[in-house]
Parts: sequence; structure tokens; C-alpha cells
Amino acid sequence: MTEPPTVIVILPGALQRLFPGSPRRVELAGSTVDEALDALDARWPGIRDRICDSTPAIRRHINVFVDGERAALDTPLAAGSTVIVLTAVSGG
Amino acid sequence: MATRVLLLLGTKKGAFIAESDAARRSWTLRGPYCETWPMNHVIADPRSGTIYGGGGNEWFGPAVWKSTDFGETWTHSSAGMAYPAGDEPIKAVWSIAPGPDGLYAGVQPAGLFHSADEGQIWRHVEGLRRHPSQQHWQPGGGGLILHSLVRHPHDDRQLWVGISTAGVFHTADGGDTWEPRNRGTRADFMPEGQNYPEVGQCVHCLVMAPGMPDRLYQQNHCGMYRSDDGGKRWDSIEAGLPSTFGFPAAAHPRDPETLYLLPLNGDSTGRYVPDGKAAVWRTRDAGRTWQDLRNGLPQQNAYFGVLRQAMATDSLETAGVYFGTSSGALFASRDEGDGWNCIAEHLPSILSVETLVVKD
Repeated sequence: MTEPPTVIVILPGALQRLFPGSPRRVELAGSTVDEALDALDARWPGIRDRICDSTPAIRRHINVFVDGERAALDTPLAAGSTVIVLTAVSGG
Repeated sequence: MATRVLLLLGTKKGAFIAESDAARRSWTLRGPYCETWPMNHVIADPRSGTIYGGGGNEWFGPAVWKSTDFGETWTHSSAGMAYPAGDEPIKAVWSIAPGPDGLYAGVQPAGLFHSADEGQIWRHVEGLRRHPSQQHWQPGGGGLILHSLVRHPHDDRQLWVGISTAGVFHTADGGDTWEPRNRGTRADFMPEGQNYPEVGQCVHCLVMAPGMPDRLYQQNHCGMYRSDDGGKRWDSIEAGLPSTFGFPAAAHPRDPETLYLLPLNGDSTGRYVPDGKAAVWRTRDAGRTWQDLRNGLPQQNAYFGVLRQAMATDSLETAGVYFGTSSGALFASRDEGDGWNCIAEHLPSILSVETLVVKD
């Protein structure tokens, strides 16, 4: 079995504030966005629930981009992929 | 012994805490907490002093926030707070009720969760959404929300919930099975002849009279009611009030005959205080007669509303009464409603007010 690729995940400031000690940029392993978020949750328990809902899907007002393209949970990742988590325009 | 009185505010943009001493003459305000999330309900467990806040953020979803140091620091969790895959996801937490066997949380879309570990892990109380009426529950103006949680003071297996728009339900077995408790409450928004359904009423607030677990009071979209048998039968107590519409109700801490309401002008006429003049209405005889309390409240050009969880009493000997407005003002009475002061203004829209009395 091949090891999942190492990828870079960039977190938004509003999410970092919810998980004290979480960095802006983190390297972890995952062959899909779904797996990368599981790896993120293993380090900061609960963080996956802030990015994903139970359908399961990326939350409606969160955007995840992989190497510049909007991604879903099943989007594949390659070694060195950059996964950017962004808060969308929302609120009032 | 020093006494601290804390008013716990849930607002559209975070939790706030107003604090005073037993005299309740001057107040300090701190916040916003909870990363300015919309906080629908902030409440303390009076046995431990732990503060819990239920809310939901458009980006990050629902969570229960928790502070064990009177609001200085907070953590949050929603672990286990999920419906099965494929169901509409939970948007926000709307109500929290601490008790000896743990915490209950009511959520949107309407459902119930329980935590046995002070809000870290949540378990779905599935029996409520298994009720055969569930497929007919309709969202009200605030969404399909479970906003009222009333626990029996001596029996952990008994619980009443209020759902907009489904009505009141009661369980006697810890949440496995539920029975509608809406008989006698109107649904004026239904066609003529269908105004007293078994479920589908728009309950706005449900409270229990102190020391009388069978006595419940209810502010409904369509009237004010009292039940003396745990909600099996409701009787109107709206005669003498300026309207049949309002959101909050607050019970006295010790007198089961005393109740506070804040009627608004009507559901289709603006939903603000009647004639732009603010008044809390108090009964001392379980709803038979009412007195309007206006001393210190604005009597001209007041076009605010007060939402379903935004009025509360404290437990001091002469009870304090408090309410927060949709326009971000907080009013306090330290003499059971006879006189009022505005103790904060320009806050975000206030969604809930609860009290905590701490004796150091």
C-alpha cells in the first residue's frame, strides 16, 4: 500500500482562532481532501466539523481550493498539493 | 459573603456578560465572547457556575461553547452533534438545559441532543424526531427550531420541549417516546375549523412555575396560556393583556402565581411594543389579572421587539427581572418589575438573557 502524499494546508484566520495553537500553514498526509481533513482533525480535534457538515460535504460558506481549483471532499491530492481553506462571503 | 449577579446575553454577534453585586444598582459589561458567533442561548449551570452558550456560525456550523471561569475563557465542541448522513445538517444550537444527569441541547432543524460529559460529546436523542408528526413540522420565522427546554426538577426522565412550528412535546422516559401537549392552544394561521390541531402550534416560550412541576406557562404565537397538569390541557390567560402575541415569558424564582410577559403589538403589524410604548406585564395570580409595568421604560418611539429567550428573573430575595431588545438594549429591574433602568445599549440584537447568582 502506498503512503498518502504529503500536502500543504492553509487555514483561514477565523478558523485558527477557534483552535488555539493551530498554524496558518500545516503539512500533513492525505490522498484526497477528505483524508487531509481527517489528518487535520487528528491534530486539532473538532476542526473537521467546522469545515464539513454531516451530509457529508464542505460547508456551504466554506471554500476549499486545491492548487487553485475549487475542490470537494473527493478531490484527489498529489504530493506537494496546496489545499487552501477559505471563508466565503457571508453574514450581516 | 459577596454576591455576584451575572446577566448572560446571547446576541447576534457573540455572548456578553453584565455583572453587578446584590444591590444591582450599577453594572459592568464585558464581551463579546465566542468569536462573535451568533449565540442563540447562553445559560449557566447554577450548581457548578459553568456557562454554556449555544449558537451557530454561517461559516463553521453549530457548537456549544463553554466557560468554567465566568466567561474569561471559552472552548467549544459539536462532537457527535449530527444527524445521519444525507439528512439536512444542523445549522445552529438554540437552547441548552443543564441538569443533574447532563446537558440537553435543542437545535435547528428541530432535534434534541444530550451530553453526559459537560458538553464535550453529544448524543442524538433520536426518539423526538421519530415522532410520527415530525414530517409535518414547519419552520417558523426563525426557522424550524427547538427553542424551549423545560426539565422536571425531581425526575430526570421528564422533559418538555417547545418547537416552532410543531408545538409542545413531553417525554416521561428520557426521550425515547414523546407525546404532544398542545390541547387548548390555538393555531390561528390554520383554516377555520382546524385551529386546534394535535400538533403544529407555534409555541414561542415555555416556562415552569417554581415548586409546581405540573404548572407550565406558555407564550404562543397565538395567545398566552397556563397549564396545571403538565401541559395536557392549556387554558388561555390572555384576557387583560394588550395583545395575544409576544415571544418571551419569565417565571418568578419562588412564586408560582407570578409570571412576566412582554406582549408585542401583533404578528402582522410590526412585532414591536404596542403603540411604541414599552411595558412588561406581570400577573400575581397565575394569569387571572395583569398589571403593566412601565416605570423607567421608554414610553414614546420605542419600536423594538423582545425575542423568545430574552427575558429572565434572578434568584435574589427581591427578584430581579431583565430583558434584552432586538435593538440591543438591556433593561433591568431590581424590584420584581416595579421600576426599570436601561443598563446597556447599542449591543447587537439580543437573542437571550439568563441570570447566574454567585455567592463567593
